Formats: sequence, structure tokens, C-alpha cells
Amino acid sequence: MAMTITEKILAKAAGKKNVEPGVNVWLDVDVLMTHDVCGPPTIDIWKREFGGQAKIWDKDKLVIFPDHYIFTKNPQANRNVEILREFANEFGIQNYYDVGTDRYKGVCHIALAEEGFDLPGTVLFGTDSHTCTSGAFGMFSTGVGNTDAAFILGTGKIWEKIPESLKFTFDGELPPYLTAKDLILKVLGEITTDGGTYRALEFDGDAVFSLSMDERMTLTNMAIEAGAMNGIIAADAVTETYVKQRTKKPYEIFHSDQDANYIAKYRFDASKMEPSVAKPHSPDNYDIVRNVKGTKLTKSYIGSCTGGKLSDFVAAAKILFGNKTAVPTFIVPASTLIAQQLEEETISGVSLKQIFENAGCVVAQSSCAACLGGPMDTIGRAVDGETIISTTNRNFPGRMGSKKSAVYLASPLTVAASALTGVITDPRDFL
Amino acid sequence: MEKIVKGNAFVLGNNVDTDQIIPAEHLVYSLSDPEEKKKYGHFALSSVPISQSGLPNGGIPFITGENYTSEFNILIGGANFGCGSSREHAPFALQVAGVKAIIAESYARIFYRNCVDGGFLLPYETPIKLSEKIKTGDELELNVEMNSLKNITTGEIFSLRSLGDILPIIEAGDIFKYARQSGMLA
Repeated sequence: MAMTITEKILAKAAGKKNVEPGVNVWLDVDVLMTHDVCGPPTIDIWKREFGGQAKIWDKDKLVIFPDHYIFTKNPQANRNVEILREFANEFGIQNYYDVGTDRYKGVCHIALAEEGFDLPGTVLFGTDSHTCTSGAFGMFSTGVGNTDAAFILGTGKIWEKIPESLKFTFDGELPPYLTAKDLILKVLGEITTDGGTYRALEFDGDAVFSLSMDERMTLTNMAIEAGAMNGIIAADAVTETYVKQRTKKPYEIFHSDQDANYIAKYRFDASKMEPSVAKPHSPDNYDIVRNVKGTKLTKSYIGSCTGGKLSDFVAAAKILFGNKTAVPTFIVPASTLIAQQLEEETISGVSLKQIFENAGCVVAQSSCAACLGGPMDTIGRAVDGETIISTTNRNFPGRMGSKKSAVYLASPLTVAASALTGVITDPRDFL
Repeated sequence: MEKIVKGNAFVLGNNVDTDQIIPAEHLVYSLSDPEEKKKYGHFALSSVPISQSGLPNGGIPFITGENYTSEFNILIGGANFGCGSSREHAPFALQVAGVKAIIAESYARIFYRNCVDGGFLLPYETPIKLSEKIKTGDELELNVEMNSLKNITTGEIFSLRSLGDILPIIEAGDIFKYARQSGMLA
């Protein structure tokens, strides 16, 4: 029976030869990931359900990254990190990356990749909707709530419905004024915020396989913005090189069969696409930058699991180099490794960090920060009726803080160009 | 499981995301502390744009004053209810606020799973655009055995989609109770 890559991985995890969309199966989970927002209630439920004898199914398969509300004075947020710390100590969790130590990593989805937990062919569940990011590694990854996570924590198993698959093929060569963000915003415009519900989004084509792992993660990260269960890109030599630099763990590469069944296939010529935005207040509110150029801004923001990777900062730095920003601009590296790379990577002998500081940007510490608003003292948080352009993944009402604010989502190139002019600007004006 | 759920309707539009249901700044409170968890009820649906809050006219707060429970306990939603983040705090906040059931055209996957596996709410679906048939404040009666919804205020009866595959989990109470009853867990 012909199967998609998602079906093959789930069949393996379900211990079956083959699976069909729509069927519920019980899966063996390879890794469970949680963080400071959903970790504490997950632990609570696990203790409530399994009692004093509560056992973790496999300590080495649990990974905990405090990352959401880190640099805040909010007492309850800090208490939640303390709960994770005590839990990790009590149960001897090796894969706990504590705040305030040199083990602190930053945003979970990027740290999972950097620390070698993203492995082709495996199954990852996480208490965060953007867990789908890891699908860039040719694996199945998806978000769940606290109860499901507590169930996995105690049993290593969870039920899931085998998703139907949608295929997005990007042919051609990606022009220098486009990034993966432009591609995924186009996809969202096509299929809308529920076009992927209970479905897998599979990406392929020359333009996709020419992307770095950073950029591939931008594509899969926003699969959830279409409501998808997972986003996935088959592993290739780029993937294997990245993985082998970080871990010796085994993995298995799967590919979709030629005659696998898709409920729809979309095909785009990447070379003919335009810089894209998602207008307020939904990630599927697609437009091309040229149609909204000149929109006055109060802030620009480059950060998060989808838009705060090294490739995002390299793109932004190319435009910001030697220029001054016209609006407050926040640079939030997703991980501490990326923060370090901002100091090491240079353009014409100037570090990325220095380029940003020379341009007048605020370079913040690694965390989820204002992508999701967060406590009132979160750096970059939207206040009042701001108009923000951001490389993040959601522009729902109130998502970045104030519900009176309006957020445009765009590529790091578009955000950087707009930061220089104070109005939404096509990056081609600066390239 | 209650077979008949009675309550007053609170009508919302399409794409009610989890940031609208419970804004991220509030995700810091304990979900197990009996006092602290009331804050989730107090802030439930607090980021719904006011024009969309309590349709058809809007402008109706779901929670008033210092309350943590609502006078409305059946939500009527449109398409893609609960889209966005995985926060189980969302169905939890609605439960604390007193919501017993949601009837929407469709749900986002994680929110739907959370409602069922956590045993917080009944997530019914119907292809009928109920937002055109039901007004905020209408008195409703949900019949779980018949998969039907009666608008007592107008007398209209609507049939709902069966809960399908997940009914055994709902009948058991939550995913843990289901797993124990079916012998998966000791």
C-alpha cells in the first residue's frame, strides 16, 4: 500500500505495517518535550493520576526547556520555573536546561534541534503547538495539551488520528529577496487557518530542498497556523549533516511513495513569488508587501522559534548594515547558541550583533519574549494601539500584548527594510 | 456524564483562538490551587474583540465585575474554534467559568483533544450556522443521547454530529479513566 512519509512514520510508531488516514492508533512516543508554561500543570496531572508511585516512562526521553516567561519579575512565572527545577532535581531529569545556568538554551523548538533531539523518522510530542517545527527533520512532531502530555509522561503512549496529507511543491530557485517565511505565508493565504486541520502538510520541491535547516524549520513551524497536525520535509543530505554534527543517536529516513494519496497538491514557482505579509489579525490574511507598503509602524520585531534563527538574523543584518532604524526594533535570538553566533558571524568584518546595535536595535536575551505577549514586563511587548511588523508566527488580537495593537507578519528581510523606513517596505528597495 | 445540559447561550464568531480564550499573560496561575485557579475563569474570553463578544450584537462581556463564573454556560462558535496554541488552560478556563459545552462548526485539533482527553467540556460539531439561529442569552437544552440542541427561547431544534470515536473517552470522563476502564492502565 502506497503511503506518505507521515503515514510511514506513524505506522512504525504504531507497530503496524500500514495505516490509513482517519484511523485512530496508539503510538509509541520517542520524545516528550515541555516548558515552563505547560510543564507545571502537566506534572500536576501526572502526579494526580499516578499517585505517589508515579514513574516517568523513560527519563531520557523527557526534555524540559524553560523558555516562555524567563526574564520577568512576575512571581507566578518564576514559581513555575522553580517547579520545573524541583521536579528535575527530584526525578533526576538529565535533559533539563535550567535558567541562570550555562545549560539554559532558550526557545524549545530550536533548542530541540540544536541539542540533537530532532531525528528523522521519530515521533515527538510537545506541550506547545509549534512542536510541529521539528517536522523539518523528516520526523512526526505535534503539539498536545497537559493531560495528553501527562499520559505520555506515565505511559510513553498516546492516541492519534492518522492525518490526511496535503502536498506543497515549490519549484525553481528562491530569489534573494524571499525567505521561507514568504513561502509559508503564501501557503496560509491559500488554505487559510483551518485548511490543514487534522492534516499533514508535506513540503517538497527544489526550492525547499535548497533551504538550510533554519529555513526549513520556518516552513514546518507555521503548519499549525493552518491548523495542521504536523508539517514535514523528508530528510536529505542537509538534514543528515545537521543531525550528525549534534548526536550519534540512530535515525531512519522515510520518503513518501510516488503514488501516495494526497487530498490536494499545490505547486508554486518560487522564482516568481513576491515578498509576503499576513495582515492583522490572522496569519492567513495574506497580501503582497507592495499592496500594503507605506503602512506606518511603531515597532519592528525579529525573534521567536519561527523568526529568530541565525538565518533570520543574517537576512536582517544584510539590510540593516550601515543603516539606522526609524522605529524601535527588537532582536530576540531564539536560543543562547544563536545569541553567541550573533557575536561570531560577521558581514564585512562587523559582527551581526554590532550591526544591529549600530542600527539602533535592542538586542535581547533568548526566550519566547513578546511573540506571545507574556507578563507585563516582557521586552518588546505590544502596548496600546501599536502597529508592529514581526517575524513571529501569530498576529491574533492581543497575541503580542495589547489587544488594541495590530501586527503584520513578514520575513526578516521585509521586517528589516520596514524598520529602516518606519513604514512597511519591500525589501527589494534595499537589496 | 450529564445527558441533558441546560444553559444560556454565549455566541461567538469564527476562529476564536486560544489567545482570545485566555491571553498568554495569564498562563502563570496554578491550575490546581483552588483559589488561584479562579483567575482562569475571571479572564476567560477576555481577549475576544468586544464587537465579537456575545453575538449577534456584540458588546457583551462574558464575565462581569470581579466574578470568575459566567451567566452563560453553553458556547456557540463558528469555524475553527480554539485555533492557535496548545494551552490546555483554554478549555480549563472555560470550565472554571462554568461552561459545560461548546457547539461549533469545527474545532482546531489540539483544543478539541484537550476538551475531550482532559474531560473539560463537550465539544459538539454541527454544519448548521448556529450563530444565525441563536442569540446570546437564549436558553438552550443540549441532549447528549439524542445529539440534539433545542433553543427553548425560539422552540427550534437542531441536530448535531455524533461525538463519534471519542464518545468512549467522554463517557469515561477523561483519557485516564478511559485507559483504566479499557485495561490500558492499572
